Amino acid sequence: MRDITENILELVRMTSTDLPPDVEASIHQAVENEEPGSAARGALETILKNVELSRKNSTPICQDTGTPIFYVYYPAGWSTRLLRQQIEAAVVQATKKAYLRPNSVDSITGKNSGNNLGGKHFPSIHFEEVEGESLTIELMLKGGGCENVGAQYSLPNGALNAGRDLAGVRKVVLDAVYQAQGQGCAPGILGVAIGGDRGSSYYASKETLYRKLGDTNPDPQLDALEKRLVEEGNQLGIGPMGFGGKTTLLGTKITHLNRLPASFFVSVSYMCWAYRRRKMTIIEDLVKYE
Amino acid sequence: MRSLNMPLSDETVRSLKVGDPVLLNGIMITGRDAAHKWMVDTFIKQSRPPQGDDLEVYEAIKPLLAGGVIYHCGPVVSGLDTRQYKFVAAGPTTSIREEPYQGLVMKHFNVKGVIGKGGMGPKTLAACQDVPGVYLHAIGGAASLIAQTVTRVLGVYKLDFGVPEAMWVIEVEQFPVVVTMDSHGGSLHVSVEAHSRAVLQELLAKP
Repeated sequence: MRDITENILELVRMTSTDLPPDVEASIHQAVENEEPGSAARGALETILKNVELSRKNSTPICQDTGTPIFYVYYPAGWSTRLLRQQIEAAVVQATKKAYLRPNSVDSITGKNSGNNLGGKHFPSIHFEEVEGESLTIELMLKGGGCENVGAQYSLPNGALNAGRDLAGVRKVVLDAVYQAQGQGCAPGILGVAIGGDRGSSYYASKETLYRKLGDTNPDPQLDALEKRLVEEGNQLGIGPMGFGGKTTLLGTKITHLNRLPASFFVSVSYMCWAYRRRKMTIIEDLVKYE
Repeated sequence: MRSLNMPLSDETVRSLKVGDPVLLNGIMITGRDAAHKWMVDTFIKQSRPPQGDDLEVYEAIKPLLAGGVIYHCGPVVSGLDTRQYKFVAAGPTTSIREEPYQGLVMKHFNVKGVIGKGGMGPKTLAACQDVPGVYLHAIGGAASLIAQTVTRVLGVYKLDFGVPEAMWVIEVEQFPVVVTMDSHGGSLHVSVEAHSRAVLQELLAKP
Protein backbone atom coordinates (compact mmCIF):
# COMPACT_ATOMS: atom_id res chain seq x y z
CA MET A 1 0.00 0.00 0.00
CA ARG A 2 1.30 3.48 -0.85
CA ASP A 3 2.30 6.02 1.76
CA ILE A 4 -0.01 9.07 1.77
CA THR A 5 1.34 10.65 4.98
CA GLU A 6 2.47 13.79 3.07
CA ASN A 7 -0.99 14.18 1.52
CA ILE A 8 -2.67 13.85 4.90
CA LEU A 9 -0.25 16.44 6.33
CA GLU A 10 -1.33 18.84 3.58
CA LEU A 11 -4.97 18.11 4.41
CA VAL A 12 -4.28 19.02 8.06
CA ARG A 13 -2.43 22.19 7.07
CA MET A 14 -5.25 23.36 4.82
CA THR A 15 -7.91 22.54 7.38
CA SER A 16 -6.19 24.40 10.19
CA THR A 17 -5.05 27.46 8.26
CA ASP A 18 -7.78 28.19 5.72
CA LEU A 19 -11.54 28.43 6.09
CA PRO A 20 -13.69 26.56 3.51
CA PRO A 21 -15.06 28.96 0.82
CA ASP A 22 -18.73 28.40 1.74
CA VAL A 23 -18.05 29.38 5.36
CA GLU A 24 -16.02 32.46 4.48
CA ALA A 25 -18.69 33.61 1.99
CA SER A 26 -21.34 33.19 4.66
CA ILE A 27 -19.40 35.39 7.12
CA HIS A 28 -18.92 38.03 4.39
CA GLN A 29 -22.68 38.07 3.94
CA ALA A 30 -23.24 38.32 7.70
CA VAL A 31 -21.05 41.44 7.95
CA GLU A 32 -23.46 43.31 5.71
CA ASN A 33 -26.38 42.53 8.02
CA GLU A 34 -24.76 44.05 11.10
CA GLU A 35 -24.96 47.75 11.95
CA PRO A 36 -21.94 49.80 10.88
CA GLY A 37 -19.82 50.64 13.91
CA SER A 38 -21.38 47.93 16.09
CA ALA A 39 -19.30 45.51 18.16
CA ALA A 40 -20.95 42.68 16.21
CA ARG A 41 -19.79 44.05 12.89
CA GLY A 42 -16.33 44.76 14.29
CA ALA A 43 -16.05 41.17 15.48
CA LEU A 44 -16.98 39.76 12.07
CA GLU A 45 -14.57 42.11 10.29
CA THR A 46 -11.77 41.02 12.63
CA ILE A 47 -12.67 37.39 11.95
CA LEU A 48 -12.38 37.91 8.18
CA LYS A 49 -9.06 39.74 8.53
CA ASN A 50 -7.79 36.87 10.65
CA VAL A 51 -8.83 34.29 8.06
CA GLU A 52 -6.98 36.17 5.32
CA LEU A 53 -3.86 36.43 7.45
CA SER A 54 -3.96 32.75 8.43
CA ARG A 55 -4.26 31.70 4.80
CA LYS A 56 -1.39 33.97 3.75
CA ASN A 57 0.99 32.82 6.52
CA SER A 58 -0.18 29.20 6.88
CA THR A 59 -0.84 29.74 10.59
CA PRO A 60 -3.79 28.27 12.50
CA ILE A 61 -7.02 30.26 12.16
CA CYS A 62 -7.71 29.46 15.82
CA GLN A 63 -5.16 28.43 18.43
CA ASP A 64 -7.55 25.73 19.57
CA THR A 65 -6.94 23.34 16.71
CA GLY A 66 -9.45 21.07 18.37
CA THR A 67 -10.07 17.37 18.16
CA PRO A 68 -8.95 16.16 14.74
CA ILE A 69 -11.91 14.10 13.49
CA PHE A 70 -11.09 11.98 10.43
CA TYR A 71 -13.61 10.09 8.32
CA VAL A 72 -11.89 7.72 5.91
CA TYR A 73 -13.85 6.22 3.02
CA TYR A 74 -11.59 3.59 1.47
CA PRO A 75 -12.01 1.19 -1.44
CA ALA A 76 -11.22 -2.51 -1.01
CA GLY A 77 -7.50 -3.22 -0.82
CA TRP A 78 -6.44 -0.45 1.60
CA SER A 79 -5.30 -1.39 5.08
CA THR A 80 -7.03 0.57 7.82
CA ARG A 81 -4.18 -0.36 10.15
CA LEU A 82 -1.62 1.30 7.86
CA LEU A 83 -3.93 4.25 7.16
CA ARG A 84 -4.21 4.84 10.89
CA GLN A 85 -0.41 4.81 11.21
CA GLN A 86 -0.11 7.33 8.38
CA ILE A 87 -2.78 9.61 9.84
CA GLU A 88 -1.02 9.51 13.21
CA ALA A 89 2.36 10.25 11.59
CA ALA A 90 0.83 13.21 9.72
CA VAL A 91 -0.73 14.55 12.94
CA VAL A 92 2.62 14.35 14.75
CA GLN A 93 4.34 16.23 11.91
CA ALA A 94 1.57 18.83 11.76
CA THR A 95 2.07 19.45 15.48
CA LYS A 96 5.83 19.92 14.98
CA LYS A 97 5.12 22.42 12.19
CA ALA A 98 2.72 24.32 14.49
CA TYR A 99 -0.32 23.67 12.28
CA LEU A 100 -1.77 21.95 15.32
CA ARG A 101 -1.47 22.81 19.00
CA PRO A 102 -0.52 19.90 21.28
CA ASN A 103 -4.06 19.15 22.39
CA SER A 104 -4.18 15.62 23.76
CA VAL A 105 -4.28 15.56 27.56
CA ASP A 106 -4.35 12.49 29.82
CA SER A 107 -7.57 12.90 31.79
CA ILE A 108 -6.18 11.30 34.94
CA THR A 109 -2.63 12.70 35.17
CA GLY A 110 -3.28 15.97 33.31
CA LYS A 111 -0.19 15.36 31.20
CA ASN A 112 -0.22 16.66 27.63
CA SER A 113 1.24 14.06 25.24
CA GLY A 114 2.81 16.91 23.26
CA ASN A 115 2.17 15.33 19.84
CA ASN A 116 -1.63 15.09 19.57
CA LEU A 117 -1.63 11.31 20.01
CA GLY A 118 -3.11 9.50 22.96
CA GLY A 119 -5.00 6.23 23.18
CA LYS A 120 -7.13 4.90 20.37
CA HIS A 121 -9.58 7.82 20.38
CA PHE A 122 -7.13 10.68 19.82
CA PRO A 123 -7.16 11.65 17.01
CA SER A 124 -10.68 10.44 16.30
CA ILE A 125 -10.63 8.22 13.18
CA HIS A 126 -13.62 6.54 11.54
CA PHE A 127 -13.26 4.03 8.69
CA GLU A 128 -15.84 2.97 6.15
CA GLU A 129 -15.24 0.74 3.14
CA VAL A 130 -16.81 2.06 -0.06
CA GLU A 131 -17.30 0.86 -3.62
CA GLY A 132 -15.19 2.24 -6.47
CA GLU A 133 -11.54 3.23 -6.79
CA SER A 134 -11.18 6.51 -4.91
CA LEU A 135 -10.08 7.07 -1.34
CA THR A 136 -11.66 10.03 0.43
CA ILE A 137 -10.57 11.49 3.75
CA GLU A 138 -12.64 14.16 5.43
CA LEU A 139 -11.17 16.09 8.34
CA MET A 140 -12.85 18.37 10.82
CA LEU A 141 -11.03 20.27 13.56
CA LYS A 142 -13.52 20.92 16.34
CA GLY A 143 -12.42 23.25 19.11
CA GLY A 144 -13.17 22.74 22.79
CA GLY A 145 -15.07 25.99 23.36
CA CYS A 146 -17.84 25.03 20.97
CA GLU A 147 -17.71 21.35 21.92
CA ASN A 148 -18.40 22.33 25.54
CA VAL A 149 -21.70 24.01 24.64
CA GLY A 150 -23.05 21.00 22.74
CA ALA A 151 -26.16 19.52 24.37
CA GLN A 152 -28.26 16.38 24.37
CA TYR A 153 -31.96 16.35 25.28
CA SER A 154 -34.15 13.38 26.12
CA LEU A 155 -37.71 14.05 24.96
CA PRO A 156 -40.27 14.69 26.27
CA ASN A 157 -38.75 17.64 28.12
CA GLY A 158 -41.23 19.08 30.60
CA ALA A 159 -39.42 22.32 31.34
CA LEU A 160 -39.43 23.31 27.67
CA ASN A 161 -42.80 21.70 26.94
CA ALA A 162 -41.10 19.75 24.16
CA GLY A 163 -42.79 16.55 22.98
CA ARG A 164 -41.60 13.72 20.76
CA ASP A 165 -42.10 15.43 17.41
CA LEU A 166 -40.41 18.05 15.23
CA ALA A 167 -42.10 20.84 17.18
CA GLY A 168 -40.38 19.46 20.29
CA VAL A 169 -37.07 19.20 18.44
CA ARG A 170 -37.36 22.88 17.48
CA LYS A 171 -37.86 23.92 21.10
CA VAL A 172 -34.87 22.07 22.52
CA VAL A 173 -32.57 23.23 19.73
CA LEU A 174 -33.55 26.86 20.37
CA ASP A 175 -32.86 26.27 24.06
CA ALA A 176 -29.39 24.93 23.19
CA VAL A 177 -28.62 28.10 21.21
CA TYR A 178 -29.83 30.26 24.10
CA GLN A 179 -27.81 28.24 26.65
CA ALA A 180 -24.66 28.54 24.51
CA GLN A 181 -24.87 32.37 24.38
CA GLY A 182 -21.55 33.54 22.91
CA GLN A 183 -19.48 30.85 24.65
CA GLY A 184 -19.14 28.64 21.58
CA CYS A 185 -17.70 31.46 19.44
CA ALA A 186 -20.86 32.58 17.70
CA PRO A 187 -21.92 32.82 14.96
CA GLY A 188 -22.27 29.06 15.13
CA ILE A 189 -23.38 26.22 12.91
CA LEU A 190 -25.55 23.51 14.45
CA GLY A 191 -25.32 19.81 13.73
CA VAL A 192 -28.52 18.21 15.01
CA ALA A 193 -29.28 14.50 15.24
CA ILE A 194 -32.74 13.18 16.09
CA GLY A 195 -32.87 9.65 17.50
CA GLY A 196 -30.20 6.99 18.00
CA ASP A 197 -28.72 6.10 21.37
CA ARG A 198 -26.73 8.71 23.28
CA GLY A 199 -23.47 7.73 21.56
CA SER A 200 -24.64 7.27 17.97
CA SER A 201 -26.75 10.41 18.23
CA TYR A 202 -23.78 12.61 19.10
CA TYR A 203 -21.65 11.05 16.36
CA ALA A 204 -24.38 11.66 13.79
CA SER A 205 -24.74 15.29 14.91
CA LYS A 206 -21.04 15.80 14.06
CA GLU A 207 -21.19 13.86 10.80
CA THR A 208 -23.94 16.13 9.52
CA LEU A 209 -21.53 19.07 9.91
CA TYR A 210 -19.58 17.74 6.90
CA ARG A 211 -22.45 19.02 4.73
CA LYS A 212 -22.02 22.29 2.78
CA LEU A 213 -23.64 25.39 4.25
CA GLY A 214 -25.78 26.21 1.23
CA ASP A 215 -27.08 22.69 0.50
CA THR A 216 -30.64 21.44 0.81
CA ASN A 217 -31.83 18.72 3.15
CA PRO A 218 -33.41 15.96 1.01
CA ASP A 219 -36.30 15.76 3.50
CA PRO A 220 -38.48 18.84 2.87
CA GLN A 221 -39.78 18.84 6.45
CA LEU A 222 -36.25 18.85 7.87
CA ASP A 223 -35.14 21.41 5.30
CA ALA A 224 -37.90 23.75 6.45
CA LEU A 225 -36.94 23.19 10.08
CA GLU A 226 -33.27 23.91 9.33
CA LYS A 227 -34.19 27.25 7.77
CA ARG A 228 -36.63 28.15 10.53
CA LEU A 229 -34.07 27.37 13.23
CA VAL A 230 -31.48 29.66 11.63
CA GLU A 231 -34.04 32.45 11.39
CA GLU A 232 -35.32 32.03 14.94
CA GLY A 233 -31.85 31.43 16.36
CA ASN A 234 -30.86 34.79 14.93
CA GLN A 235 -33.90 36.45 16.51
CA LEU A 236 -32.39 35.61 19.91
CA GLY A 237 -30.02 38.54 19.32
CA ILE A 238 -26.97 36.89 20.89
CA GLY A 239 -24.82 37.95 17.94
CA PRO A 240 -21.18 37.40 17.05
CA MET A 241 -19.13 36.59 20.20
CA GLY A 242 -22.30 37.17 22.24
CA PHE A 243 -21.91 40.93 21.72
CA GLY A 244 -25.55 41.22 20.64
CA GLY A 245 -26.45 41.47 16.95
CA LYS A 246 -28.26 39.82 14.11
CA THR A 247 -25.95 36.91 13.38
CA THR A 248 -26.08 34.14 15.97
CA LEU A 249 -26.22 31.20 13.55
CA LEU A 250 -24.75 30.69 10.09
CA GLY A 251 -26.50 27.39 9.49
CA THR A 252 -28.27 24.34 10.89
CA LYS A 253 -27.97 20.77 9.60
CA ILE A 254 -30.36 18.07 10.76
CA THR A 255 -30.11 14.31 10.41
CA HIS A 256 -32.05 11.44 11.95
CA LEU A 257 -31.42 7.90 13.15
CA ASN A 258 -33.76 5.14 14.19
CA ARG A 259 -34.35 4.99 17.92
CA LEU A 260 -35.64 2.64 20.56
CA PRO A 261 -39.34 2.94 21.40
CA ALA A 262 -38.31 4.15 24.87
CA SER A 263 -35.78 6.79 23.76
CA PHE A 264 -36.02 10.05 21.83
CA PHE A 265 -32.73 11.91 21.91
CA VAL A 266 -31.96 15.19 20.24
CA SER A 267 -28.23 15.88 20.08
CA VAL A 268 -26.86 19.28 19.20
CA SER A 269 -23.23 19.74 18.20
CA TYR A 270 -22.32 23.41 18.12
CA MET A 271 -19.63 24.38 15.65
CA CYS A 272 -17.91 27.73 16.05
CA TRP A 273 -17.52 30.18 13.14
CA ALA A 274 -14.02 28.69 12.68
CA TYR A 275 -15.74 25.81 10.92
CA ARG A 276 -12.65 23.95 9.79
CA ARG A 277 -13.48 21.02 7.57
CA ARG A 278 -11.78 19.81 4.41
CA LYS A 279 -11.87 16.84 2.07
CA MET A 280 -9.14 15.02 0.18
CA THR A 281 -9.78 12.56 -2.63
CA ILE A 282 -7.15 10.23 -4.07
CA ILE A 283 -7.82 8.54 -7.41
CA GLU A 284 -4.72 6.71 -8.65
CA ASP A 285 -2.01 9.42 -8.86
CA LEU A 286 -4.41 12.32 -8.62
CA VAL A 287 -4.87 14.05 -5.25
CA LYS A 288 -7.65 16.60 -4.96
CA TYR A 289 -8.23 18.87 -1.95
CA GLU A 290 -11.48 20.78 -1.44
CA MET B 1 -9.81 54.06 20.01
CA ARG B 2 -8.10 54.25 23.39
CA SER B 3 -4.63 52.82 23.69
CA LEU B 4 -3.68 51.78 27.24
CA ASN B 5 -0.36 50.78 28.79
CA MET B 6 -0.16 47.98 31.33
CA PRO B 7 -0.03 47.89 34.33
CA LEU B 8 -3.40 49.64 34.69
CA SER B 9 -4.08 52.25 37.36
CA ASP B 10 -7.33 52.30 39.38
CA GLU B 11 -8.19 55.58 37.71
CA THR B 12 -7.81 54.08 34.24
CA VAL B 13 -9.83 51.00 35.19
CA ARG B 14 -12.66 53.13 36.58
CA SER B 15 -12.77 55.21 33.41
CA LEU B 16 -13.55 52.12 31.30
CA LYS B 17 -17.18 51.35 30.48
CA VAL B 18 -18.97 48.44 28.84
CA GLY B 19 -18.68 48.75 25.07
CA ASP B 20 -15.36 50.63 25.00
CA PRO B 21 -12.90 49.28 22.43
CA VAL B 22 -9.33 49.36 23.75
CA LEU B 23 -5.83 48.62 22.46
CA LEU B 24 -3.44 47.21 25.08
CA ASN B 25 0.33 47.68 25.21
CA GLY B 26 2.97 46.22 27.49
CA ILE B 27 3.49 43.02 29.44
CA MET B 28 0.81 40.49 30.34
CA ILE B 29 0.72 36.85 31.39
CA THR B 30 -1.40 33.97 30.12
CA GLY B 31 -3.21 31.64 32.49
CA ARG B 32 -6.13 29.29 32.02
CA ASP B 33 -7.66 26.21 33.64
CA ALA B 34 -4.62 24.51 35.18
CA ALA B 35 -3.00 27.80 36.22
CA HIS B 36 -6.14 29.14 37.94
CA LYS B 37 -6.75 25.92 39.84
CA TRP B 38 -3.08 25.80 40.82
CA MET B 39 -3.04 29.42 42.07
CA VAL B 40 -6.20 28.99 44.12
CA ASP B 41 -5.42 25.54 45.58
CA THR B 42 -1.79 26.29 46.41
CA PHE B 43 -1.72 29.94 47.49
CA ILE B 44 -5.23 31.15 48.19
CA LYS B 45 -7.15 28.25 49.73
CA GLN B 46 -3.89 26.45 50.51
CA SER B 47 -5.57 23.07 50.19
CA ARG B 48 -2.45 21.63 48.58
CA PRO B 49 1.13 22.22 49.77
CA PRO B 50 3.53 23.99 47.39
CA GLN B 51 5.60 21.51 45.38
CA GLY B 52 8.59 21.68 43.02
CA ASP B 53 9.12 25.23 41.78
CA ASP B 54 5.71 26.47 43.03
CA LEU B 55 7.08 29.05 45.48
CA GLU B 56 9.63 30.40 43.02
CA VAL B 57 6.96 30.78 40.35
CA TYR B 58 4.64 32.45 42.86
CA GLU B 59 7.27 35.08 43.66
CA ALA B 60 7.95 35.60 39.96
CA ILE B 61 4.31 36.06 38.89
CA LYS B 62 3.29 38.28 41.83
CA PRO B 63 4.82 41.49 40.41
CA LEU B 64 3.51 40.62 36.92
CA LEU B 65 -0.03 40.23 38.19
CA ALA B 66 -0.06 43.26 40.53
CA GLY B 67 -1.98 45.89 38.58
CA GLY B 68 -1.52 43.58 35.62
CA VAL B 69 -3.60 41.66 33.14
CA ILE B 70 -4.13 37.93 32.86
CA TYR B 71 -5.04 36.44 29.49
CA HIS B 72 -7.13 33.28 29.14
CA CYS B 73 -5.20 31.81 26.25
CA GLY B 74 -3.61 28.53 25.24
CA PRO B 75 -1.36 29.55 22.37
CA VAL B 76 0.26 27.70 19.50
CA VAL B 77 3.96 28.37 20.03
CA SER B 78 6.87 27.71 17.68
CA GLY B 79 10.52 27.28 18.71
CA LEU B 80 9.77 24.81 21.49
CA ASP B 81 12.96 22.84 20.71
CA THR B 82 15.28 25.85 20.65
CA ARG B 83 13.43 27.92 23.28
CA GLN B 84 13.28 30.75 20.76
CA TYR B 85 9.59 31.00 21.49
CA LYS B 86 7.23 32.74 19.12
CA PHE B 87 3.43 32.99 19.33
CA VAL B 88 1.95 31.61 16.11
CA ALA B 89 -1.74 31.59 17.05
CA ALA B 90 -3.06 33.08 20.27
CA GLY B 91 -6.78 33.84 20.51
CA PRO B 92 -8.75 33.77 23.76
CA THR B 93 -10.25 30.66 25.34
CA THR B 94 -13.70 30.50 26.99
CA SER B 95 -13.48 32.37 30.30
CA ILE B 96 -16.49 31.04 32.16
CA ARG B 97 -14.54 27.95 33.26
CA GLU B 98 -12.45 30.22 35.51
CA GLU B 99 -15.54 31.68 37.19
CA PRO B 100 -15.00 29.70 40.44
CA TYR B 101 -11.41 31.01 40.67
CA GLN B 102 -11.18 34.39 38.95
CA GLY B 103 -12.48 36.68 41.67
CA LEU B 104 -10.19 35.08 44.25
CA VAL B 105 -7.19 35.43 41.94
CA MET B 106 -8.01 39.07 41.15
CA LYS B 107 -8.25 39.96 44.83
CA HIS B 108 -5.19 37.96 45.95
CA PHE B 109 -2.84 39.29 43.27
CA ASN B 110 -4.55 42.66 42.61
CA VAL B 111 -5.21 41.74 38.98
CA LYS B 112 -6.80 44.70 37.17
CA GLY B 113 -7.72 43.13 33.86
CA VAL B 114 -8.88 39.75 32.64
CA ILE B 115 -8.86 39.00 28.92
CA GLY B 116 -10.86 36.14 27.46
CA LYS B 117 -14.00 35.38 25.55
CA GLY B 118 -17.63 34.66 26.33
CA GLY B 119 -17.72 36.76 29.49
CA MET B 120 -17.86 35.74 33.14
CA GLY B 121 -20.40 35.48 35.93
CA PRO B 122 -21.49 37.30 39.11
CA LYS B 123 -18.43 36.43 41.24
CA THR B 124 -16.05 37.96 38.73
CA LEU B 125 -18.32 40.95 38.21
CA ALA B 126 -18.29 41.55 41.97
CA ALA B 127 -14.49 41.32 42.02
CA CYS B 128 -14.34 43.86 39.17
CA GLN B 129 -16.17 46.28 41.46
CA ASP B 130 -14.02 45.52 44.51
CA VAL B 131 -10.50 45.45 43.07
CA PRO B 132 -11.36 47.43 40.77
CA GLY B 133 -10.93 45.55 37.53
CA VAL B 134 -12.35 44.99 34.06
CA TYR B 135 -13.12 42.06 31.83
CA LEU B 136 -11.78 42.59 28.34
CA HIS B 137 -13.25 40.55 25.50
CA ALA B 138 -10.94 39.50 22.67
CA ILE B 139 -12.29 38.08 19.41
CA GLY B 140 -12.57 34.31 19.76
CA GLY B 141 -10.76 32.46 17.02
CA ALA B 142 -8.87 35.50 15.72
CA ALA B 143 -5.69 33.68 16.60
CA SER B 144 -3.29 34.63 13.81
CA LEU B 145 -4.28 38.28 14.04
CA ILE B 146 -3.82 38.46 17.80
CA ALA B 147 -0.50 36.56 17.62
CA GLN B 148 0.81 39.39 15.44
CA THR B 149 0.31 41.83 18.30
CA VAL B 150 2.60 39.71 20.49
CA THR B 151 5.96 41.31 19.86
CA ARG B 152 8.02 39.19 22.28
CA VAL B 153 7.76 36.12 24.47
CA LEU B 154 9.64 37.10 27.61
CA GLY B 155 9.44 33.76 29.39
CA VAL B 156 7.30 30.86 30.45
CA TYR B 157 6.33 29.31 33.79
CA LYS B 158 4.79 25.92 34.49
CA LEU B 159 5.55 24.49 31.07
CA ASP B 160 4.96 21.10 32.71
CA PHE B 161 1.22 21.97 32.54
CA GLY B 162 1.62 21.60 28.74
CA VAL B 163 1.99 24.33 26.10
CA PRO B 164 -1.66 25.51 26.19
CA GLU B 165 -1.87 25.55 30.00
CA ALA B 166 1.55 27.08 30.77
CA MET B 167 1.86 30.69 31.97
CA TRP B 168 3.49 32.67 29.16
CA VAL B 169 4.85 36.14 29.82
CA ILE B 170 4.40 38.21 26.69
CA GLU B 171 4.83 41.73 25.47
CA VAL B 172 2.05 43.05 23.25
CA GLU B 173 1.48 46.07 21.08
CA GLN B 174 -2.01 47.27 20.12
CA PHE B 175 -3.73 44.13 21.36
CA PRO B 176 -7.44 44.68 20.47
CA VAL B 177 -10.19 44.08 23.08
CA VAL B 178 -13.64 45.34 24.00
CA VAL B 179 -14.71 46.08 27.59
CA THR B 180 -17.70 43.82 28.29
CA MET B 181 -17.68 43.91 32.12
CA ASP B 182 -16.69 47.07 33.95
CA SER B 183 -15.87 48.15 37.51
CA HIS B 184 -19.28 49.81 37.92
CA GLY B 185 -21.28 46.57 37.80
CA GLY B 186 -22.03 46.77 34.08
CA SER B 187 -21.98 43.58 32.03
CA LEU B 188 -22.85 43.23 28.35
CA HIS B 189 -23.27 39.49 28.94
CA VAL B 190 -26.02 40.03 31.50
CA SER B 191 -28.00 42.28 29.15
CA VAL B 192 -27.60 40.02 26.08
CA GLU B 193 -28.61 36.99 28.14
CA ALA B 194 -31.72 38.74 29.50
CA HIS B 195 -32.81 39.90 26.06
CA SER B 196 -32.30 36.46 24.49
CA ARG B 197 -34.17 34.77 27.35
CA ALA B 198 -37.21 36.98 26.71
CA VAL B 199 -37.12 36.22 22.97
CA LEU B 200 -36.74 32.49 23.70
CA GLN B 201 -39.87 32.52 25.84
CA GLU B 202 -41.82 34.11 22.97
CA LEU B 203 -40.47 31.57 20.49
CA LEU B 204 -41.24 28.61 22.79
CA ALA B 205 -44.84 29.78 23.02
CA LYS B 206 -45.24 29.52 19.23
CA PRO B 207 -46.35 26.22 17.63
